[in-house]
Amino acid sequence: MKALCWEGTNNVKVEEVPEPRIRNSEDVILKVRASAVCGSDLHLLGGYIPAMQAGDVLGHEFLGEVVEVGPGVRNRKLGDRVVVCSFTSCGRCWYCRHDLWSLCDNANTNPGITEALWGQSIGACFGYSHALGGFAGSHAEYIRVPFADYGTFVVPEAIEDDLAAVFASDAGPTGWMGAHLGGVKPGDVVAVWGAGGVGQVAARAALLLGAERVIAIDRIPERLQQAERHMGVETIDYTKTDVTAELKERSGGRGPDVCIEAVGMEAHSAGPDFLYDQAKQQLRLQTDRPTAIREAIYACRKGGSVFCLGVFAGAVDKFPLGAVMNKGLTLRGAQQHGQRYIPMLLDRIATGELPTRHLATHPMRLDDGPTGYRMFKRKEDGCVRAVFRP
Amino acid sequence: MWGGSLIPKTIGAVVVVTGAVAGGLLVRRGPRRRADPRRWLAVTVNRAPSDVLADGSPPAPLAELGDAIEVQVRPAPGDKGAELAARLRDPSRIGERGPVAKLHGNDPLQKLRTALRQAKAILEVGEVVLPDAPGTTHPGPGGRLVAVADRVAQGEGRL
Repeated sequence: MKALCWEGTNNVKVEEVPEPRIRNSEDVILKVRASAVCGSDLHLLGGYIPAMQAGDVLGHEFLGEVVEVGPGVRNRKLGDRVVVCSFTSCGRCWYCRHDLWSLCDNANTNPGITEALWGQSIGACFGYSHALGGFAGSHAEYIRVPFADYGTFVVPEAIEDDLAAVFASDAGPTGWMGAHLGGVKPGDVVAVWGAGGVGQVAARAALLLGAERVIAIDRIPERLQQAERHMGVETIDYTKTDVTAELKERSGGRGPDVCIEAVGMEAHSAGPDFLYDQAKQQLRLQTDRPTAIREAIYACRKGGSVFCLGVFAGAVDKFPLGAVMNKGLTLRGAQQHGQRYIPMLLDRIATGELPTRHLATHPMRLDDGPTGYRMFKRKEDGCVRAVFRP
Repeated sequence: MWGGSLIPKTIGAVVVVTGAVAGGLLVRRGPRRRADPRRWLAVTVNRAPSDVLADGSPPAPLAELGDAIEVQVRPAPGDKGAELAARLRDPSRIGERGPVAKLHGNDPLQKLRTALRQAKAILEVGEVVLPDAPGTTHPGPGGRLVAVADRVAQGEGRL
């Protein structure tokens, strides 16, 4: 079958790879109908997450049709159109039972790698390195999905467009989780760093959870326009103003109650700190660039909450722990616990309460995958998300 | 291909991994760096203690290690299930120590960690999740290092 594979730093190719097969009793095989690029894929492409092998299939945000069912699967059948949580989780360990699905104890086939890095292992993500399980990704004609009863969700008929439903796989639950676990309450002022797919959903979720003002921060005009037009939130172009001063002005001098970072390890900024972080990262003196989360911590009101949605891998420099401690902040982060949110998100997408279709700015054939990633990485032609249709 | 890096990718990848793991080592406390082969290793199983020792003997595949290991089970606090702990009586009976043995997955502690993890998975889920197969046919130089890490990852880590 055809698949879009990682071949090295900034090098992806469409190749012929073996078709997946059932390996565990609770697996299903899907024929992929839509598979979206994600900002976190760029960390793989850039070589910042080195646990990749040439030939690994990329992609973790996807929707497909069930074409084969393992003998232990109870609730899925041939022909089901399902969206799949990007993190695969067993559903029965203590973490899954407590809705902390991305922390699953049993899904990662290589737990020793992340235990060595972080002290404990976390669950597994499709197409996202051997540190997170080594499962093949979704930029392919077919994909194997373990623990199918827990990680696949039938798409309601009311959502006819795969290009809207596909974002219930990853961007939707990730963004929603940032607002929910960030503790957004009615009356809050919320700031979101990054207006890509995840940041836009986080901003919309904050509004739906009752926030009084929501402000999305980015520099890409098309993304800021989308956040205003489709998600109904305010925006700041960080290249044109002092972000922390602007946020203080818009929050009565307090700073936002909840700050959500949806940027990750390759953050950009208009200030000199970007050059500093870039130099340290390129020299491998730090693994990640924490530019955006530093600003979020600095901007947050006393006693407020900062939630880290962007993907970070290792160690960062000049982390403002003094501000976290002295301002009494709550700092939290997570990979997405999608199984907790996806059914609710599909309902909200169906009613139009959570718009997502506009994020798929560049639907294209799988054969055009390298072009899609190039456009996405360089933000060409207003590309917010390329979505492949194998 | 597009974009670029100031550091060649393979060197960069190795440096990043080394740096990150070194960071992990830095935060480990205590004077000893080498794992004590007699330390109790434990997993918490989301089952009742009576399910873990259902017939009075250790669950599979721990049972296959026989009397080369000691096994204990006790209730986990906070309604977290059962703590399943095991340690080696005599490491030399089930493997060899040293870096070469580790690379081949023949280290006694690797075997014990693997058995503990698999016992937990079988008790909670009924089976051990397997990686996709076959994997890539052309992993590349960095990918071969990753393949080595994959091969021993069930038996390594901080368990």
